[in-house]
Amino acid sequence: MASVSATQTAPRPSRARRWISGFGERETRTALLFILPWIFGFLVFQLGPMLFSLYYSFTNYGVQQIAGLEPTKTVGLKNYRQLVDDPKVMASLKNTFIYTVMMVPGRLIVALLLAMLLMRVGKLGGVFRTIFYLPTVTPPVAIGVMLVFLFNGTYGIINRGLHVIGIQGPYWTTDPNWIKPSIALMDIWACGATMVVLLAALYAVPQHLYEAASMDGASPLRRFFTITLPMISPALFFMFIILTLYGLQQFTQSYTAYFGPGGTQPEAALFYSIYLFRNAFEYFNMGFASAMAWVLFAISMIITGINILASKRFVFYQGGPR
Amino acid sequence: MSTPQAIAAEALAEEAFPEARRRWWQPETSWGKLALLVAVLIVLSILFLYPLEWLAAAAFKPRGETFDNSFLPQHWTWNFTGANRASPFPQLLFNVAPVAHWLWNSFWISFLGAGVVTFSSAIVAFAFAYFRFPLRNLLFGILLATMMLPQEVTMIPIYLLWNKVGHFTTDHAWLPHIGTGTQYPLWVPNLFGSPFYIFLLRQFFLGIPRDYFEAARMDGDGYFSMFRRIALPLAKPALIVTFIFEVQAKWFDLLNPLIYLRNEALFTAPLGMKFLLDRFNAQGGGEGDYQVIMAGTLLLVVPMILLFAVFQKYFIRGIAVQGRKG
Repeated sequence: MASVSATQTAPRPSRARRWISGFGERETRTALLFILPWIFGFLVFQLGPMLFSLYYSFTNYGVQQIAGLEPTKTVGLKNYRQLVDDPKVMASLKNTFIYTVMMVPGRLIVALLLAMLLMRVGKLGGVFRTIFYLPTVTPPVAIGVMLVFLFNGTYGIINRGLHVIGIQGPYWTTDPNWIKPSIALMDIWACGATMVVLLAALYAVPQHLYEAASMDGASPLRRFFTITLPMISPALFFMFIILTLYGLQQFTQSYTAYFGPGGTQPEAALFYSIYLFRNAFEYFNMGFASAMAWVLFAISMIITGINILASKRFVFYQGGPR
Repeated sequence: MSTPQAIAAEALAEEAFPEARRRWWQPETSWGKLALLVAVLIVLSILFLYPLEWLAAAAFKPRGETFDNSFLPQHWTWNFTGANRASPFPQLLFNVAPVAHWLWNSFWISFLGAGVVTFSSAIVAFAFAYFRFPLRNLLFGILLATMMLPQEVTMIPIYLLWNKVGHFTTDHAWLPHIGTGTQYPLWVPNLFGSPFYIFLLRQFFLGIPRDYFEAARMDGDGYFSMFRRIALPLAKPALIVTFIFEVQAKWFDLLNPLIYLRNEALFTAPLGMKFLLDRFNAQGGGEGDYQVIMAGTLLLVVPMILLFAVFQKYFIRGIAVQGRKG
């Protein structure tokens, strides 16, 4: 009896104390040992570089500073002011937005159409799924190379094909108005991953909802808008965010097709990431490029934030909001 | 009740595509409708395949016929290898540049990088899934947050870091030369895991019943042998997904090789093909040997198609799982 009362009166270690003593346990030490690679990687390749690039964005860091010929000077907000004044920054930002606005909905719509077609044909869809996925495993550099050749205004097969059906195709690769649509079209061509995500979402829609709606006499169009779309809205929204971030960072296809030593350097295809890359690694304006990078980061965050806020209205999560 | 293999298979093969259960000869739609849908799909398939077919055909066309856009080459030509010919004659891919080096570089960097990132991500993911330790949720939150970080934000300081490492290894001659201008920056960061793969693998490890690990501990297994003997074999599908995704990512990458590589012999395949395009594209003042560009691009595409052919199941399921968990 005495022992029981003793355990009852002994003070339980406080939450904080138990938490602190957790650090001493063998399990904790092993766990920290296991995640050590990531902690190191996070500090050296993510957090550290982030802080450094934030610092560089307020300095004149450039080729002299890399070589150690001149000291690094802080220049306050000069880089950010220069960013607003540089017409190429604004032009590249505009290009990136226009491209993203074309590519993201285009890809989502085409991917959704393909996914819905695939679902309708059941098991036969497997072969077609493979075919539609193939462009997704095509390296972006190859897509960039093909872009130049397929969309060539005079000889390209796209304009030849359009000619056959009586349309005079534009000079895609040289006309400033048609460069971005051609890049976006190649990106829509590579929509396989989006299609697979949407296909999985479509299969997850409970069949009984459609049966019930059919019995109530809902038209296919109505079923699409009242059942399919709400039920797959989380997957659509997820892809929307991912694709938007991808679009804002578009680099490889356009760089391969139009930039580098052998490119035609059209201003209409100058995306933000390309201009950033040129500032950093061709002109070695590291400070200015760092400021550009932070602006890109801020824009990505703001757009994602707005999307998440907007999603509360449009995205339907089964079992209530998460 | 259920074997470890069954659980392992389930987590990825989870009813993502239940079409397999429906018999194709009993379609929900009528035969007429089905025929129409299949016709539409065939037309779309042709549209989707045509650019790749065009590329494959162009790679076997002689100089000057690249743009004839014929479905098959009118004059089949081997543009890859052969005896060197004087300049006005058509150039051959493997003679104009160290293409074999480029492909080999991309090959070993992709596979080494993927192997390393799979192992390091798995070990970190296992720790986040299995162990209970202070700050775990905070650390995992940080990890999730870093998945959103654009590469542009970190690439400049990382370049400068490699530059410093390069100077250091040059000053200390007994060290191997590591730094900018070498291929180390392309795969060394993979030693430290990658947030996206850690997240993917952790989800997978969480699906393994804790009893398995407790049983292993009863048998006297240490933590590492638990990871090696139980977690890794059970997670094989997820490990394969991680591996092939990273092989693909490395094979696709142009930005990093562009930043770090200057020496032509060290180029990776994408950088090399960009180099070929710059050199032979008339647009950029090149010599108009388009067949070389086409042949090179085909060699860039084919390995990925082979990888996809072998691991199709994992590509598709990996992507589907990725979408669902988000």
